[in-house]
Order: sequence, then C-alpha cells, then structure tokens
Amino acid sequence: MSQEKTIKTTTDIDSLRSEIRDKSVRVIDVRREEDYKQNHIPTAVNLPLANLLSDDSPERVLKIFNSLGIDDETRVVVYDDTFGALASRVAWTLEYIGHSDVSLLETTYSRWKSLGLESETISPEIQSKQHSLRLKPEILATSDYLEQSKEKKDVLLIDNRERLNYLEQHIPGAISLPYRTLAKNDKILRPKEDMKRLLDNRGISGDSEIITYCGSVGTLSGLAYYALKSAGLPNVKLYVRSFKEWKNLKKPLEKQEDANYWDLSAE
Amino acid sequence: MTVSDLKQPHSDSVRPTINWARVEEAVDFAKTVKLYRQGKYDDDSFRRYRLQHGAYGTRMTSDYAMVRIKLPAGEIYPQQLEKIAQLSEQFSIGSAHFSTRENIQLHWVVLEDVSEIFRGLAEVGLTSREACGNSVRNVMCSPLSGVCPGEEFDATPYALATAKFFLRNPMAQSLPRKFKFNFTCCEKHGMVRMVDVGLIPQIKEIDGTAQKGFKIFLGGGLGNRSFVGHQLEEFTPEEDLIYTSIAVLRIFDRLGDRKNLARNRMRYLVNDMGWDAFQNLVFKERALVRATQSVVTQLDVDFTPSEIKRPIRVTDESGNPNPDGYARWLKTNTEKQKQPGYRSAFITLEAGDITANQLSALGEIVSDYSSEGKARVGFNQNIALRYVSEDDLPRLYSRLLEVGLAKSGSLTMTAPIGCSGTTSCNLALTNSHRLAKEIQRKFLELRLDEDDDLRDSTIKISGCPNSCGQHGIATIGFFGGGGRVGKEMYPNYQMLLGGRSDGETMLGLTCTRIPAKRVIPAILKIIELFKKYKKPNDTLKEWIHRIVNEKEDSEIKSILDLRKIMDQLAVPPTKEDDPDFYSDYGSDTSYHTKTGKGECAA
Repeated sequence: MSQEKTIKTTTDIDSLRSEIRDKSVRVIDVRREEDYKQNHIPTAVNLPLANLLSDDSPERVLKIFNSLGIDDETRVVVYDDTFGALASRVAWTLEYIGHSDVSLLETTYSRWKSLGLESETISPEIQSKQHSLRLKPEILATSDYLEQSKEKKDVLLIDNRERLNYLEQHIPGAISLPYRTLAKNDKILRPKEDMKRLLDNRGISGDSEIITYCGSVGTLSGLAYYALKSAGLPNVKLYVRSFKEWKNLKKPLEKQEDANYWDLSAE
Repeated sequence: MTVSDLKQPHSDSVRPTINWARVEEAVDFAKTVKLYRQGKYDDDSFRRYRLQHGAYGTRMTSDYAMVRIKLPAGEIYPQQLEKIAQLSEQFSIGSAHFSTRENIQLHWVVLEDVSEIFRGLAEVGLTSREACGNSVRNVMCSPLSGVCPGEEFDATPYALATAKFFLRNPMAQSLPRKFKFNFTCCEKHGMVRMVDVGLIPQIKEIDGTAQKGFKIFLGGGLGNRSFVGHQLEEFTPEEDLIYTSIAVLRIFDRLGDRKNLARNRMRYLVNDMGWDAFQNLVFKERALVRATQSVVTQLDVDFTPSEIKRPIRVTDESGNPNPDGYARWLKTNTEKQKQPGYRSAFITLEAGDITANQLSALGEIVSDYSSEGKARVGFNQNIALRYVSEDDLPRLYSRLLEVGLAKSGSLTMTAPIGCSGTTSCNLALTNSHRLAKEIQRKFLELRLDEDDDLRDSTIKISGCPNSCGQHGIATIGFFGGGGRVGKEMYPNYQMLLGGRSDGETMLGLTCTRIPAKRVIPAILKIIELFKKYKKPNDTLKEWIHRIVNEKEDSEIKSILDLRKIMDQLAVPPTKEDDPDFYSDYGSDTSYHTKTGKGECAA
C-alpha cells in the first residue's frame, strides 16, 4: 500500500498499448457481455458492472477478481464506454479489497475504436490467481458514517448528480459538482492542473476529508472519487450506496425552495 | 503511432472573425469571488463587479448565478454552439436559454464556477462582459440583416463595429443605468422604437450619389413604464453614427438619474426633458463630439463579405424527399431571402430553451446546411440558419426532426416569448416561462401556426411588470401578479392588447386581468371573436389594432367591449371546485408571491 502514491489515476492510450504488448497488464472491460463479445481491447477480460453489483460483498468480489487472474501484484487497467463512471466503480471495488495497482483508461472504448486502434473478439485464457483480502475501510463511507460526519467541520460532501436533481433534493450540507464537470473533451478526467483549479475555486482542498455520492450505486461518484485523487487530494471516500439508500432510509433532505428551475429545462 | 490531443473540430467549419474575450477576466473573476467569500469585498461592490462581467443573481439564493453570454449582432459559429453545449452540461442545468436580446443564458451556475465558464467562452472568442450592469448591453441586429428583401443595406458590420467600440470602453463602464442599441433590417422587422438607440439602415441620394446612413430612434424602451422612441432626424449619414452614439451616451451619463433607481433609464430623461429639448441637446453634443474627438476615433467597420459556399456534406443524403410535416414547417419557419435560391430557416424553441445535445447537434447542422457557415440568433428567443439552399430544405428538416428541433410555428403567433419568471428570477411573481411553453404546446396541437390570419400576431409574457418578456409590444401581452380571493391567492396576469414594434410601434393597452389558468382559454376566446367579426383579408393583428384605436365598426368597438366579454373568464372558482386554479404552472402547491431584490437597478 505504501507504493500507492506512484500509481496514476488514469493511464494514457499509448502506455496501455505498450503494457499490453509487454503482457504486463490485466485489462478489464466493464461493458455488457454482448458488447464485449463483439470486440474489445486486446487481452481484455469482461466484468460487466451489473455482474459485480448483483452481490458486491468483499468475499464474492474477491472470488471474481481471482477468477479474472488478478493477484496483489497484478497491474490492472479498467475501461468502459460510459465516460469512465462504470470503470471507476469497478476500480474502486478492487481498491477496497486491498488492491493498489489499478488505473482507469483515460478515454472510452468508442474513442479507442474511432481512433482505429486494435481490438479483438476472442476472450483470453485466464489462469485463476489468489488475491489477499485486506479491506480499506478508509475509502468507504456508509450512511451511518455520513450521519456521524455531520458535526465535523472539515468534511466535505459532494453530490455528483446533475444540477437539477441536486436542486430538487440532496443530502443536507452537500455541494453540487455534476459528473459532467470532471471530463474534458474525449478524456474522462480533466488534466490535473485544470482539475486542481476547478476544485480550488470551489474550496475543495486537501485539508478536508471528502465524501462523494451520486444517485444510486456509486458510479458517477466513483468517477468523482478518481477525479479528486487525480488532483492529489489524499483523503477521499465513496458513499457507495449513495442517494438511493439515503432516501430509502428516510434520512433528512434539503432542497432549493421557491423556484421552478425544472421549467428551464428543454428535456 | 502516438495519440495525443483527441478532440478534432469539424474540419471545415467557419471560424469566428472577432475575439470578444479576455481570458485574464476569468482569472480575475475567480480571485474576486474568493475575496468576496472571505469578506474582503462588500456586497454592493461585488454585485457591481459581478454584473459588469455578465453574471446575474438567482432567485432566493446567493450561491448561484446566471451567466449571460453576449452574441453581438446575434452571430454564432458552430464551435461556439458546441462549446456552450459543453458548458451547459458541466456548469449549468444541461439546457441553455436564448434570450430576447441575442444572448444565451446559462442558469443555476455555482458562483465559484462562473470563472470556468469565462475560460471556456474565451476558447471560442465569446464573452459575457457588460451583458448585465450599467453598461452598453449586447448590440443587437436583425437576424435577417443581409438577407431581408426589404432592407436598403446590411447593418451587420455597423452593429459589430458599435459593439467593438463600446465593449470595455472606459466611457461606458459606469452609466446611470443599462444602455441598449438595436440595429434592424427594415421597418417591418422593427424593434428599433422600444430601445435606447434604434437604427434602421437607409440610403439617400445626396448630390447624385447614394449615401449610406441610418434612421435613428432615441429614448424608447420597455419596462415598468415603457416609452416609444423618437426619430432624431430624417437621415443620419454613416460617418455620423459614432458621433451620435457617443453624444447620446455622454448626455445620458451626465444627466441620467443616478439616485432614483426605478426611473433611471434614458427614456425617463427624454420624457422628463421633453423630446425637443433632448433632440437639441443631442445635436449640440454631437457637434462638440465631432469637433473634439481625435480622427482615430472611428468605428472599425469590417466590410469583408461572408463567404457563401454551399457546404459539402459527408452525411447520408438519402431518405424521404418530403418528410411528414415538411410543408407545414416550410411555411411557418422559413423566409425567402433577397438572394435567389436561398431561404433562412428559423428553429422553434420552447420559450428559448434548448438542451446541450440539441445545441451540439445544431453546431453540426449549421456547418452542414448554412452556406455562410454560421447562425444568427433572433429577436424572439430563437435562432436562424441563413443561406440554406432551397434544394437542401427537406434534408435540413429531416436532420432537425432527428434532434427534436423541427417543431413548426417559429415565425407565427404559436411561438410565444416567456421571460425566465419564477424559474430563476428574483423579481418574478409568476411562472411566465412555463406558461409560454404551455401556450405553444396547445396552439401547435390546434395547428394555429397554419392559420394565415394569426401569423403576424405575437404573444409575449413577463413574470412581473418589468417587461423582460416584452409584453408591451405584443399583439396579446401578459405580465404576472397575484390575485386574491379572501385569504387565498392565485397566479394572475394583466392582459394588454395591440402592442407592436414595427413602423407603427405602439404599446399595448391594458384590457383586463386574466388568471394564469385561464390565459389559454382567453386567447382562444379572442381568436373566436376575431373570426366572427373579421373582415375579408383581415388579420388578428389588424383587427386588434382597430379595436385599440377605436376604429373598429363591428359589435366590439373598443377595448372596453372586449373587457366585458373577457371578464367572464376571470371569475375565480372556489378552491373546492377547482384547486388547480390556485397553483401556478409547474407547481402543485398553493400559489403565493415571493420575491427577492432585483438587480436591474444595481
């Protein structure tokens, strides 16, 4: 875990291609199985996010990663076709069970394809491996944890849903940073200096503990988790069950009153 | 192969020729917001600074701003549409709003993100500087300037030059109040008599040579009290344009009311002083300006014509040559240009709103179909693609259909204007924005856009008396307020009739109050009466014009006669009978009025 600082949040296309050539990386494609079967980045294995989410208890997750041939030392790169949000959720899960060497591909699979880069249709042979289980509770936030954090001064709660959803309802005290803000053109995350400036304007700095959440399963907020890490913020947690759980638990909510903002939307 | 910098713009899209932006203003704005949050700026100075940079306050909160992006002369280029699409997704609500003054507004922006929007805008040469506050606001020009069959010459280069001259000009940084220039193409397309300075291009034969110049109107404006502008002189030659503009601005700067914020627009000064005295003052001041300005003080008018080149499309050219709804759209959304073989196609929006995806698609569509490679934003919360080759119109329509931008009725009464109202404005009393959308949906369903008798009429709605929705120049205009039955309140509108902004500009006359939920039946009732009493070849606009001027000879002779009929619609039901009557559009709770502090006067 001490080597964590040297691991980049995202990996660029050229680096991934050379790692694939060197056979020094396990690539995970988190798209649906039928999309994966049509074609994917060479050597990639398939882990549809829905499969992971059907039961994401640490024990089952460990089994899944073992079966994908990942042990503690394996270098992993994850990609998707949904601006990095699904890939982030998988990468975060891998980190949570104690894996340290995981990055996101800097762009989406569509972009990879549109650049005419290599792809294949066959699934690789995988040899199962044994990953140890060393949970990292410091990157997870639960609803109880959020309740306890209410009184703490240096905790920032970030809502990554779209602005209108935030205005309508959000967890009290949360600030709005829609997931769309995190990307730049065809990169899933802004360049580091760009991201730092944006966060700095918002008063989001390394001095605080930061918790991200989104609508339901921690995908959009998973991307935000990596965005914050990419800007060098050390203490970030993902409220993985997010707003859906918070609402189901009938916890307190906050809203922007006395304005009909929905009627400005052309949707 | 190395893959770097991924995004490739549309390779042959036309690029903006003027850079309105200064990226250092983004840096300064971010710094100033921080200082303000640290308490090192007082509220008033920060508000002035914020407005000067084009960030307006938002309803009931100081956490959010609205960024008003100026489009001088209404011009917008494909890459700018794409950039605004991105910015609206990143920092706003995923939709953007076209205003009535050729601005695009991003609402519900976190104040701390405003500087990021400035950065994004600077990448494509756009600014929001002096879009709010006591400055020269966006300089407008008719969306048909350059293509209008009725114009004498294209005013666009002069509008752009005027915008360039006044933007960041020290003489226009702290006026008593905002100041607006509108250029137009011709009398018919109007909008020059309800603004501080309105200009119509005009050519006059002087000593055998054709001399370009303008008809200039001063001291008009819509607001809590509206006035119609006065023509300065018969003909103002083009070389006097800058001297006249400076002279008028200097008079306003010197004599405008800096104390009474409610009546400090120039139109009040003109009204208080009397037109003759004001006119004389302008002539004197202009002589002074002409004599004292350095020869280098000139308008930088760029006469380079836009290159007109039919785009080469890589997209699929097959498909149905006459798609469903095409004839209706062609009739109600397009205008023939003075250049043979071309039309201008207007895009119908709902109260000016457009999604990020649609904006982005529009960027490509402009590149693919407009032979001038850019678009023009209009007077009515809409946007026009000009120089569309007649042969390309069916395909353009199909493309617009795919992205939900092919609604008909843009150039008819079925495209009402609605200001932002209670969706974001501090002063609003009603949800005028949603009401405009409701009217449009209903009227398109009734196919009223196809009715030639209604075509030149307009419906314009403001959420309060302050006229952002331009209700005073509508054939049928409304402004919002609260109605009361005992302790219960309901959303209500004052209805005005007979306003117009063309050569016979006049302000609408008050008819009666109509509750929000009765507005649609009320307009339909007016149409029904018109159909009953109309003369052959009559239009609704002309019929109402005769009524408000008491020149109608049928049973309904005056606005009072109309009021008697309309008042039947205004009787409030009990809350038990009709609870919906007591809530505004877009809300399911009982209506009550709630307003914050306006910033117009800041």
